[in-house]
Amino acid sequence: MQFFPAFLRDGSDCSDGARLKNGTRGSAAPALLLFLSLIVFVGITVYLFATGYYAPPPPITPVALQIDHQYALTLYATGAIFILAQLGLGFAVFRFRDRGKPAHFIRGHVGLEIAWTLATAAVFLGLGVLGTKAWSATRFQPAAAGAIQVEVTEEQFVYYFRYPGADGKFGRLDPALVSAPTGNPLGIDPNDPAGRDDIVVPTLTVPVNHPVDLLIRSQDVIHNFFVRELRLQQDAVPGMVVPLHFTPDRIGRYNIMCTQLCGMGHYQMHSFLNVVSEAEYQRFLAEAPKQ
Amino acid sequence: MSSSLHPVHAAPRAPSGFWRRYIFSTNHKVIGLQYYFLALVAVTVGIVLSLLMRFHLVWPRAHLPFISGGLMRPEQYLALMTMHGTIMVFFVLTTAPLGAFGNYFLPIQIGAPDMAFPRLNMMSFWLTLLAFACMLSAFFVQGGAPISGWTAYPPLSGLGSITGPGEGMGQTMWIVSIGIFCFASLLASINFISTTIEMRAPGMHLMRMPLTVWAWFVTAVMSLLSFGVLLAALIMLMLDRSAGTSFFIPYGLVVNGELQAGRSGGWPLLWEHLFWFFGHPEVYIAILPGMGVTSHIISNFSRKPVFGYRAMAGTLCAIGFLGFLLWGHHMFVSGMNPYSSLAFSALTLSIGVPSAVKTFNWLGTMWGGKIHFDTPMLFSIGFVSFFVTGGLSGIFLAQPALDNMLHATYYVVAHFHLVMAVAAIFGIFSATYYWFPKMFGRMMNETLGKLHFWLTFVGAYCIFMPMHFVGLYGGIRRYADWTGADYLAALRPLHMFMTIAAFATAAAQLIFFYNFFKSLASGAKAPEDPWRGTTLEWATASPPPVDNFAGDYPHVFRGPYEYSVPGAPDDYTPQHLSPSEVAGAAEGDGNV
Repeated sequence: MQFFPAFLRDGSDCSDGARLKNGTRGSAAPALLLFLSLIVFVGITVYLFATGYYAPPPPITPVALQIDHQYALTLYATGAIFILAQLGLGFAVFRFRDRGKPAHFIRGHVGLEIAWTLATAAVFLGLGVLGTKAWSATRFQPAAAGAIQVEVTEEQFVYYFRYPGADGKFGRLDPALVSAPTGNPLGIDPNDPAGRDDIVVPTLTVPVNHPVDLLIRSQDVIHNFFVRELRLQQDAVPGMVVPLHFTPDRIGRYNIMCTQLCGMGHYQMHSFLNVVSEAEYQRFLAEAPKQ
Repeated sequence: MSSSLHPVHAAPRAPSGFWRRYIFSTNHKVIGLQYYFLALVAVTVGIVLSLLMRFHLVWPRAHLPFISGGLMRPEQYLALMTMHGTIMVFFVLTTAPLGAFGNYFLPIQIGAPDMAFPRLNMMSFWLTLLAFACMLSAFFVQGGAPISGWTAYPPLSGLGSITGPGEGMGQTMWIVSIGIFCFASLLASINFISTTIEMRAPGMHLMRMPLTVWAWFVTAVMSLLSFGVLLAALIMLMLDRSAGTSFFIPYGLVVNGELQAGRSGGWPLLWEHLFWFFGHPEVYIAILPGMGVTSHIISNFSRKPVFGYRAMAGTLCAIGFLGFLLWGHHMFVSGMNPYSSLAFSALTLSIGVPSAVKTFNWLGTMWGGKIHFDTPMLFSIGFVSFFVTGGLSGIFLAQPALDNMLHATYYVVAHFHLVMAVAAIFGIFSATYYWFPKMFGRMMNETLGKLHFWLTFVGAYCIFMPMHFVGLYGGIRRYADWTGADYLAALRPLHMFMTIAAFATAAAQLIFFYNFFKSLASGAKAPEDPWRGTTLEWATASPPPVDNFAGDYPHVFRGPYEYSVPGAPDDYTPQHLSPSEVAGAAEGDGNV
């Protein structure tokens, strides 16, 4: 024990543990410190979440607003549990520190067990049930009729957006024809007349208040399409075409991010969603270079 | 049911010679310590990797002398991230709780002389060590370590080096390493299950087992059922990479301008299903032993029985079972059938129920208690706090509608670090401080222990709470830096705060290392039962003899948490004392 300096020696150098026999641990310092630190922690956490610290930008679709409401509901429920559990822990630790009296012997309480099991189940499953509406709106229901279809092709580390053009049909794709250096990054078959008017651009331009149906695909590894303001994301999986639809209600330019690790350029894989007026959108279609 | 046979095999003779006693030993205590020191090395490597990551996130243009060219490249960041996650999840969180403490204490706590299959036990450890060596070798092969994350999704991981640096030999070494680890885990889980079922001392009914034993048992069952699936997936991935198969590779991939003509018929989501079918039980494998230890220690230091012992055993089983049914919550936006997402979501929310019940029971154990704040208890209290915080953010992620905006952001990183990197590690720390006297016959320094706790408690919250806000704002995970989009620059102050907290908290761990090794060398001699505990490990010497009980195997007369029993002579009644011995103590004949 002499290897430890004096201020660190805590007297535990007796071999029979006699000092440890009688339970009083003396000061209430650790108990108080735990209780206070949990109070401070809860206070800071609740304050930051409640005031929307680093909140995402405002939603731009009705479904995104629904998702925000579900988030808020979940925040209230979990926030209440968080406060009760952490402060309950701090209080228990402080109130029941060794003050010389024996502990109260009890093995459990079946009624309490049942009660808090049912209550927890009701809250958690209730949240889940309430959240199905927003999920179903984005995933179960197909895009509205007349939605603008845009095919999104993702590859290391760029986005391509293909519009079907005036004929409304996408040209056939053949992977053997893919050649970005010669201007055919998607491998559109030049012999397919439907592909002649296809528009391929690096950013996504859509008109406001008009349903959009994205057909998301990948050419090499798994990527993702995520726009914060839509509160929506979808992985782009090679070998699959996954639809994703939304109706933006605010004009603006929004970031498209890739959230699925796709290689060394993952952090740079990025594009833009341009929500423009109807007139602007028509101008975009007219002026975009055709295949 | 307790075995009427005593040990299944004869009590082991003490081996002779340095190599047989300390290196190639079949003794569960030596093997447990070997796992522990492996985990210590692994956690040190893992922390260093994470500090390099955190440094790069805040100073991406800094000149680093040990990197050729001076600047860390994005693929190097991804390699650090991949290896950090892999090493921490497998070689720390799957190794220390079960392999180290489970191996050391399961036989003792059930009154057995060793595990059921000591040679298999030794093989498990050496395979794990071999796996670790393979994993570290990935840093040094051509192309460096893999960059596909601990999740290794194909096709990024399935086509070799054309998808990126590190995806050649580095990814292969990773696959080989984890494959060997799977074998080791499968062998170990057979050992744990057999030992628990067959080798309990007379009187050690299932409902008299310490909750640590319950936790190790359920964890071992989960291991047995999940690691085989991972092994199968790894073999398929290896075949895709080297034998031209297409388990995960569909037709028509064009990677770096090259058409992958020979592949067709595969499906990347098959890997995701197989991996997460393992991956989700894996995280419960990481936390369950910590839950058992927390129950055990809170009871001991509150001088009260575990509140709701049967519920605690039952919830361990419920978590173990439900944990196999909800892997799809990692795949809500993966392109998987959206209807199945609702099923996975309901099941994920359901597993919150036994987890919450455990938390209430921990509070119930403390309630009305006589709490002593020794370091093991401080870390167990910390476990409860971090488990609550981390678990609650899971309620958000369990809902697919919210996952739409939170998936693959730092919100997820916050969630799993709070439960795994903090709560589970707190479980390891509290087990260490609690059982150090028993394992090494010496006491650790209490003052340093308390200092370590406070710095780590505050530091860990400082590192991981801001990550929630980074994620909410749209900070994407696995990003090497913040130059990809303009809005990300606003996150820099949060990242700076977290990086400083990370370095400070990592430095605080040096206090633990100092305390650990100094106490090993020169700590006060530990008595047989320094914490006045009731379970069988406290009924033998510190450290225990080779066969754990010097031939005098205990019989068990009562449950494991008989503290403050009304009318008892002391505030704890050990499991192994017969009623007459207890009564004798009450009459003061000094037998206790």
